[in-house]
Amino acid sequence: MALIRIPAASQLTENTVTDERLFRKRRQFIKSGMAAGVGVSLSAYFPALALASVQGLSEKIAASPNTMKVDEEVNSFEDITTYNNFYELGLGKGDPVKNADKLKTDSWSVAVEGECAKPGNYTLEDILKPLDIEERIYRFRCVEAWSMVIPWNGFPLSALLNRFEPTGNAKYVAFETIYDKEDPLPGQKRKALDWPYREGLRMDEAMNPLTFMAVGLYGKIMPNQNGAPMRLVVPWKYGFKSIKSIVKIRFTEEEPETSWNLANAREYGFYSNVNPKVNHRRWSQARERRIGELFKRETLMFNGYEEEVAAMYAGMDLKEFY
Amino acid sequence: MHIKSPGINAIRWRYKPVLHLLLIMPTVYLLSFLFLGKLGANPVEVITHETGEWGLRILLLSLAVTPAARIFGAGWFVQFRRLIGLYCFFYILMHFSIYLLLDLSLDFGYLLDDIIDRKYITVGFGSFVILFLLAITSPIGIRRRMGQVWTRLHQLVYIAGVLGVLHFLWSTKADDTEPFVYGGILLLLIGYRAVRYLKKRVKSISTSRARPTSEFAKHFSARSESY
Repeated sequence: MALIRIPAASQLTENTVTDERLFRKRRQFIKSGMAAGVGVSLSAYFPALALASVQGLSEKIAASPNTMKVDEEVNSFEDITTYNNFYELGLGKGDPVKNADKLKTDSWSVAVEGECAKPGNYTLEDILKPLDIEERIYRFRCVEAWSMVIPWNGFPLSALLNRFEPTGNAKYVAFETIYDKEDPLPGQKRKALDWPYREGLRMDEAMNPLTFMAVGLYGKIMPNQNGAPMRLVVPWKYGFKSIKSIVKIRFTEEEPETSWNLANAREYGFYSNVNPKVNHRRWSQARERRIGELFKRETLMFNGYEEEVAAMYAGMDLKEFY
Repeated sequence: MHIKSPGINAIRWRYKPVLHLLLIMPTVYLLSFLFLGKLGANPVEVITHETGEWGLRILLLSLAVTPAARIFGAGWFVQFRRLIGLYCFFYILMHFSIYLLLDLSLDFGYLLDDIIDRKYITVGFGSFVILFLLAITSPIGIRRRMGQVWTRLHQLVYIAGVLGVLHFLWSTKADDTEPFVYGGILLLLIGYRAVRYLKKRVKSISTSRARPTSEFAKHFSARSESY
């Protein structure tokens, strides 16, 4: 497959100046963060150790220019870091922040395998050194019909994958979350899912300019409960596709197994694109509750990224390939 | 075992107020946490889930009254049954109202779609309708006027319980421990009654004598029961 990068319309409107609203939000965040320091909720932030130890990364994240945003209110740092689906750290939304310290991110490396010229074990330092960090504000839509707007810091996934030189046989890319059978994370002691958590993308999806690998949010090093040190962000797909705390990347010729599909194939397909017209088997996907809002709002096709991604699915029946 | 009744005054002025206090506690904690901003990033979700779960728990409690009265030889327990049942409806009414107002923005078209298309809403709504009927027929005057029909109607509470458990089970994504626990308790409570019913049938077939009026029969008969 040829890896041609066509810049999307949203990239052309790239704006490196932080708008005033966001600037004020950041000020407000810093202020509330300082208030929290003397108050109670200091526990909300567990920066990934592995990232903190990468020379100059904190500064790079803090200074990263914005390359994409949405004209919607950004959710607060507190909302984003205390309301999480990260079953490895517990099934409740508030569990990941409570168990955040159980995720040990020091000395992190990523195994790269499969159909590529440069497989091997890469340390975070190897991965991050040559990459520029940018900020992207994306909508995030969970399959449970809630959503947020999140300012991520990271890099396009394609920038990373290209370095491993995938071969012509690489039709898909598979990812795995950390899992140690001998020393499982709190949520992995129960078989809520078939551990390790697995996700995958078609190669063109992985190489789409929107597909992002995040190492930070809100200009800060990624908190553990949000999938530190490194997590995927695929803004036009339901949140569970955006796999957290990645330890393995594998290029494959066959469609890889994915955790939620293994758990319930009727309810969770491989593609899992946000689509208000294709409902979950049990509940509607037509509307969503934006965290911080009282009433539900209409869900947008491909979560509002139709222009950038719809072409990849041209001719596919999205009801069949849900 | 036989636990003697503490008397009408104690029931009315001590036991019932304590029960009221206990059953309103979930509302107090939900409201205070809501105003303290301690319900997290998605308070609507928390309140929806909590009111639904408390409704189900209290429904199970109301079904446990009769077996408990029999086991402890305390027919007077039955005097708490209506109070508990009405609290169940109170929580389920909140649960349904939040869904109708905040999830559906009071759009009855959406509601109809959900009832038709969403299995877990179908059963949940069915349970709500039953509990609504039981609640509006709970005043003693209505009960007297309805006679045998009232008893038949209020036996639907078992169906409401089963539908409630199914509603919970079908709405969960990964963790279905809780619905299974409640389902298990419900099966036990229904099983208890089924076994009693069968025993009675066998007895009434083997001995054609009329049943003697027991201490319980007095308490359980509609006429003598005072709430």
